[in-house]
Amino acid sequence: MKSALDSLQLLRRHKVVGGELVLTSVDFFVDWARKSSIWPLTFGLACCAIEMMAAYASRYDFDRLGVFPRPTPRQADLLIISGTVVKKMAPAIETLYNQMPEPRFVISMGACSNCGGPYYDSYSVCKGIDKVIPVDIYIPGCPPRPEALQTAVFALQKKIDRYWDAGKRVANPSKPTNEVLKEINVAALKARDA
Amino acid sequence: MAPNPIRPSAVLQGPVFETKIEQVGDHEMLLNLGPQHPSTHGVLRVVLKLDGEVITEAVPDMGYLHRGVEKLAEHRTYPMNIVLSDRNDYLSAMNNNWAFCLAVEKLLKVEIPLRAEYLRVIVGELNRVASHMVFYGTFGIDIGAFTPFLHAFGRDREEILDLFEEMCGARITYNYIRVGGVMLDAPEGWTHRVLQFVERMKPRLVEYDKLLTKNPIFIDRTIGVGLLSAEQAVDLGVTGPILRASGVSLDLRRDHPYGAYNDFQFDVPLGKQGDCYDRFLVRRLEITESLKIVEQACRKFPDGPVMGKVLKMYRPPAGEVYAQVDGPRGWLGSYIVSDGTEKPYRHHIRPPSFINLQALSEIVKGWKMADVVAILGSLDFVLGEVDR
Ligand code: SF4
Repeated sequence: MKSALDSLQLLRRHKVVGGELVLTSVDFFVDWARKSSIWPLTFGLACCAIEMMAAYASRYDFDRLGVFPRPTPRQADLLIISGTVVKKMAPAIETLYNQMPEPRFVISMGACSNCGGPYYDSYSVCKGIDKVIPVDIYIPGCPPRPEALQTAVFALQKKIDRYWDAGKRVANPSKPTNEVLKEINVAALKARDA
Repeated sequence: MAPNPIRPSAVLQGPVFETKIEQVGDHEMLLNLGPQHPSTHGVLRVVLKLDGEVITEAVPDMGYLHRGVEKLAEHRTYPMNIVLSDRNDYLSAMNNNWAFCLAVEKLLKVEIPLRAEYLRVIVGELNRVASHMVFYGTFGIDIGAFTPFLHAFGRDREEILDLFEEMCGARITYNYIRVGGVMLDAPEGWTHRVLQFVERMKPRLVEYDKLLTKNPIFIDRTIGVGLLSAEQAVDLGVTGPILRASGVSLDLRRDHPYGAYNDFQFDVPLGKQGDCYDRFLVRRLEITESLKIVEQACRKFPDGPVMGKVLKMYRPPAGEVYAQVDGPRGWLGSYIVSDGTEKPYRHHIRPPSFINLQALSEIVKGWKMADVVAILGSLDFVLGEVDR
């Protein structure tokens, strides 16, 4: 079966006895796995969190994108800042961010976490989460629709795919020599007969 | 005494907790719940003092979502304040709009057209249903049942939001009820679609009962847990479904009707002993009652304008006013002091969740750690409203 990945020349397929051999670079494979299972932290702040919950529920069903909320930062890749960040909460968010394993990503959802939103002149609101932690994707809206969050997830997937470790990836995996293919075939035959 | 290694360092801050720490005995432990915890429904932090598994004390710590709304109100004109009121209790934004507008209308002494009153009742009740559906779903998750969430939150609530979106273009923050009436008239055939939705909901409510109300595991975890007696509830100033679950029959919609509530027949569901199950059941039955009101309002839907005679830029006369509605969480009040300008001099909100949250430390005392989650869920507070 040919896929879009073949046309990108990111993997090569070879027929061997009993199946197919796929050669690719580890960087590509890791990124592919990483972008297909982005696990966000179960963490809601304000009104936008309700739209985030709607995105996890049956109509928008983020499970099909591999996005599945985890209740602890130790297992999460993605932090969705969904709501107003107030000055009392900002240190806690920083702690949560620091507890997440690398590589970690942040989506700033809604006007409040982008810049303060309707509370731009409030004495207690932090004017943007990017004053506290680095942000990968910003979503405008008050609140953004679940579709907007979905678009942000797609954008994040693209970012992981294209830019995450750009430069390190081998775009064109080298072709194995005939001897190597022969060895693989012999091993596959042995395994089949065993 | 050797320092307790489990004690979170953040507890050391603040005068409230300094005194708490001195009271910790050798076999006692302080446990920090929140502000990031999946079952606190927002950013509430509760510091629990445990004796083994049993809770001896619980102190809620709020302010993780304090947005300074009451101060901001002094810098916003009245129409701009309706926008802020949406975001206090974001699960029932319509009722928040209503409380604020009711107060300003009292000052302005405007006549509300009947059609607008009916539209307010319909959207207010639909919003109550949507809010109780969120409760139904998330309470199920707290207890350990995930499916009710998908039914109530993912399917049925979305249908209500579709109706709202058709009406005013927004899903959560509507800004629909305005001073003098409502923003827009209902689109053509809207009431018909609302009635269709009510019809669709009837068999689904039976499904709801099968999933949770009659579920033996759910019943075991909630019946008799977290008792709040009627006297305690009244003493604490608790209102709304939590008060009615304790057996006190008090509902502003029936006892001090505002809007067009006089025109409709509905029951006020009551609980027996005020445990978690009763608090759940009262809300579940309120969905049925609200749908009944919506149905009656759609059948009797009058014609006419939807906006009273209000200037674009209104300046209420100087004075003070208090108005309240019975929202999904209890009495939602708005207290406004006007000095005759286009901005309020002072706007105080009486948020039901904030006052209901007082009951938390009373209720959880003596219960086991695992019951805390059930009790927290059954109180159904919204932190945006608690912290303002
Ligand atoms: S951006 Fe709007 S909807 Fe989102 S948290 Fe802020 S006020 Fe609420």
